[in-house]
Amino acid sequence: MDTTVIKTGTEGNAWGGDSQPLKVSYGKMMMWFFILSDALTFSGFLAAYGFSRFKFINSWPIADEVFNHFPFMHGVDAPMYYVALMTFILIFSSVTMVLAVDAGHQMKKNKVAIYMFLTIIGGIIFVGSQAWEWKNFIKGEYGAVETKGGQILQFVDKEGHRVKLSEFVTAAPIERTQHRRKNGLWFVGEKELPTYTVQDVITGFKKRSDLLIRTQILTEEGEKTILSRADSMNKLANNAVGVVEGANLIKNEYGSTLFANFFFFITGFHGFHVFSGIVLNIIIFFNVLLGTYEKRKSYEMVEKVGLYWHFVDLVWVFVFTFFYLV
Amino acid sequence: MAHEIGHHESNTKRIWKVFTILSIVTIVEVILGIIKPESLNAKVAFMKLLNWIFIILTLYKAYLITWAFMHMEGETKGLRRSVVWTGIFLICYLMFILLNEGDYVFEVYKSGYKSWDF
Repeated sequence: MDTTVIKTGTEGNAWGGDSQPLKVSYGKMMMWFFILSDALTFSGFLAAYGFSRFKFINSWPIADEVFNHFPFMHGVDAPMYYVALMTFILIFSSVTMVLAVDAGHQMKKNKVAIYMFLTIIGGIIFVGSQAWEWKNFIKGEYGAVETKGGQILQFVDKEGHRVKLSEFVTAAPIERTQHRRKNGLWFVGEKELPTYTVQDVITGFKKRSDLLIRTQILTEEGEKTILSRADSMNKLANNAVGVVEGANLIKNEYGSTLFANFFFFITGFHGFHVFSGIVLNIIIFFNVLLGTYEKRKSYEMVEKVGLYWHFVDLVWVFVFTFFYLV
Repeated sequence: MAHEIGHHESNTKRIWKVFTILSIVTIVEVILGIIKPESLNAKVAFMKLLNWIFIILTLYKAYLITWAFMHMEGETKGLRRSVVWTGIFLICYLMFILLNEGDYVFEVYKSGYKSWDF
């Protein structure tokens, strides 16, 4: 038999086979390379966001003004507090995860189970908060008017505080009803009609002499430009074509449509990762309870999902910076 | 195998320390983001100083998470480099090319003959 074994002369070298140059198990190494490729996907998204932002550098929405809600505090301007809280929850769930891994090294089954459970709870709270953010974003708060060129005009009072459309506009009765499949052509439909027409907005605007228009363009100080009363009237009468309430993939009351698109894509893709992380964590949690890893005498599976979970946290750190802070 | 039973002493102290640092950095970021101090509005290398601070703090947080929580510090040089360097090089290239082009498109919009806001 000896004669059939081919010696290559590389035995004992790292590339000679039979050794583990990276000194990790196959699963863990592959989890690392999956994370690397996923990191490149996310950086692709964030770089594309950067591209669009640089493209519209003088008219991009200000994140502080968009994400200023806090649960149970209606009408209070709370820029970023809630996102910061969400960040904390995610970082904390990362901590409980790493504590679970640590307990796994010492083969403490109950401790691993408790920490895994806390991690899952943290993840669920985070995804729920993200859903709440989406709801606020989609619903919108103030409403705006869209111009022929696709720009957004918002309304402010003399002090520069935002004014809701509902505060000064009354909807005049109109004949037009929403075109649905059941009351018109069966193969076309249309989106829900806005509460007000452009004519309603103009009428309301004329009545309130303290109102001014705020355009998308940023000043030198990084604030939105506010037009004079005469310019505002002019702009509204000549350029306004539609009323926008809230945000979706086509229209966005906060400013550039791309801002909404990237918000949905990036936080949505991240939220999907958190969701799959929770599912993986739940599977591993039950395996821990069943004693699978106790029998295997190794809690390495906890380490592998741990890597994934930390990665989700890592991505959020970047999303938080580039979407909410910068 | 590297993970023999009993060879691991508890790391909890370090974990809580890293968590504290991460929390402090996040709090600093949020406070700076809300106040936006005037003095940090100066432009340094194409960008506001404040934005540079955010980015550096973010990279610091990313380093802590990868090294301490994902335990990259305990892996071999080979694995560490093949994951970290690959990512860093590709991301730097992607960032450079896209941000540069975005800025170019902005200039075209701004100084072109066509008005995009009519």
